[in-house]
Amino acid sequence: MSAPAPSTGGGSAPVVELRDGAVAIGGRPILRHVDLTVRRGEFLTLLGPNGSGKSTLVRALTGLRPLTQGSLSLFGTPIESFREHHRLGFVPQRASAASGVPASVAEVVASGRLTRRRLLRPAGKADRAAVASALAMVGLADRARDSVATLSGGQQQRVLIARALAGEPELFFLDEPTAGVDLPNQQALADALGALSTTGSTVVLVTHELGPLAPLVDRTVVLRDGRVVYDGAPLQLDDAHGHHHPDPRRTDHHPGVAAPLDRTGEDVDW
Amino acid sequence: MIDLLGYTFMQRALIAALVTGVAAPVIGTYLVQRRLALLGDGLGHVAVTGVALGLLTGFAPTWTAVVVAILGAIAIEVIRERGSTSGDLALALLFYGGLAGGVLITGLAGQSAAKLQQYLFGSITAISVSDVWFTIGLAALILLLGVGLLPQLFTVAQDQDFARVAGLDVRAYNLLVAVLAAVTVTIAMRTVGLLLVSALMIVPVAASQQLARSFRATLVGAVVVGAGAGVGGLLLAGWISVRHDVSVAPGPTIVLLALACFVATWPIGAWLRHRARLRQPFPEGAVAPLEAADHDDHDHGPACGHLAVPHDDHVDYVHDGHRHARHGQHYDEH
Ligand SMILES: Nc1ncnc2c1ncn2[C@@H]1O[C@H](COP(=O)(O)OP(=O)(O)OP(=O)(O)O)[C@@H](O)[C@H]1O
Ligand SMILES: [Mg+2]
Ligand SMILES: [Zn+2]
Ligand SMILES: [Zn+2]
Ligand SMILES: [Zn+2]
Repeated sequence: MSAPAPSTGGGSAPVVELRDGAVAIGGRPILRHVDLTVRRGEFLTLLGPNGSGKSTLVRALTGLRPLTQGSLSLFGTPIESFREHHRLGFVPQRASAASGVPASVAEVVASGRLTRRRLLRPAGKADRAAVASALAMVGLADRARDSVATLSGGQQQRVLIARALAGEPELFFLDEPTAGVDLPNQQALADALGALSTTGSTVVLVTHELGPLAPLVDRTVVLRDGRVVYDGAPLQLDDAHGHHHPDPRRTDHHPGVAAPLDRTGEDVDW
Repeated sequence: MIDLLGYTFMQRALIAALVTGVAAPVIGTYLVQRRLALLGDGLGHVAVTGVALGLLTGFAPTWTAVVVAILGAIAIEVIRERGSTSGDLALALLFYGGLAGGVLITGLAGQSAAKLQQYLFGSITAISVSDVWFTIGLAALILLLGVGLLPQLFTVAQDQDFARVAGLDVRAYNLLVAVLAAVTVTIAMRTVGLLLVSALMIVPVAASQQLARSFRATLVGAVVVGAGAGVGGLLLAGWISVRHDVSVAPGPTIVLLALACFVATWPIGAWLRHRARLRQPFPEGAVAPLEAADHDDHDHGPACGHLAVPHDDHVDYVHDGHRHARHGQHYDEH
């Protein structure tokens, strides 16, 4: 391991292990030299300005984006041969859960159970119970039979969160799950994630706004321009986002911008 | 009418119409969900080339149509996946290529246009026993896969990224839908003809989704509309033909009947959605209530005819742009 071991979860097996990962989209390098080890039970937030590569990193970690360099293992298995999809949960960065044909809230959430169902078998009692409890967690139990298209944007976002919860995953990737979700429901989500976290689930959360989730976080990774610039104890969001609207004349290579977030003791080549 | 059912050609036609009407909307529902409503049409045009190849080579045109339509479906999927051409454009290319190729090859084969016409506009009353079995077999396959794999196909069409993370082979499922669409096209070819194939797949879905709130309900409704239009259209065409001694083609009648279902359900759906929106409970909590000034003689109640909308633990009555709730002896604006 080249990167210094993170402060928390000492000793337990890594759930995510990315070494020297790089991702290019259409030949253009997006992520470079990313080392990330997430241990079981950790609650990690990924911060960084728009376009810094947070979603790309999450998509790489879920196997949606192939690595152009480096290696990735999930639960100790290389991503190429990883088949235990029921252990993963994913909430994509997205506004809408609607499609060309009406779909009920319960149907969308039930698709989160697919990883635990066998081919050509009807849904069982456990599946229905998991769907119901996931819907209750996001406060949409009374809308289960409604068409998702009739829900507001924030409610649709909660449907997508419930869909991931329904699969009862051990490793949870959430890409800006609380964008457009009001404070009481952010609190409800925080409670749900807190409960998951105490049962030993691992959470990787991308966000611009921690809000009620802040107390759960035990490690923060900050990306800038496709590189990890901070990995350690939770930060105040203001620190990580001080550069959110950078002065156009300053570049990211300006040490003055990066100084508080630099990984000290590592040769960062700017 | 009864004598009409006595003819064996009519009995065969009825079975084919029913089976096609049940199977086509199943695949149509997935196409609409993926916003590929015109894919069936593109494949129908490609199948014209397949039929022509059959006429040219002497193979059964039904089989050559299946093969060519499946190849067309795979081509569309590959083009769509590569993303080099928009799906829209890929479809248009297939449309014109398929139709032009078909007409050209039919000419080469020296077949009269009438032979091709049978496939373009359907010839359900001329269907043979082996054709009926062929139709039943393929329809059973479509139903088995389309209904059995519903959770997987639904998830893939709904959100490809999520489906991939869930371990589904998105490409295989996309290909499966395209191939099943091609198979559907060839079985519906005999019933409504290649030019109207897509209508039998899509129009029942359009009608059904007016009234449905869930995917499953849409699918079931579409199958009911499709089967009803298939059987009803055939009987109607037969009845008019016999009664008025004219020749009414069953294919177009079936499609027009399905369209009539859409026209009938559309206002009902619009009204239902409107009503559901009005009756949706008001959000919890409220700004400080205000005593309604203009509320002297009218007493609101379950039978008063005003729109009653749940709000917290009580009901607000909506009229003239107000939300009135009883408060002791008077009404408040909520
Ligand atoms: N599909 C794509 N095609 C081309 N470039 C892409 C694509 N997706 C992302 N990128 C590029 O990759 C970079 C990182 O994007 P990414 O979506 O990971 O940012 P992010 O940190 O998630 O931003 P945000 O806060 O806006 O969600 C951006 O420069 C973007 O232009
Ligand atoms: Mg993003
Ligand atoms: Zn009244
Ligand atoms: Zn009220
Ligand atoms: Zn009143």
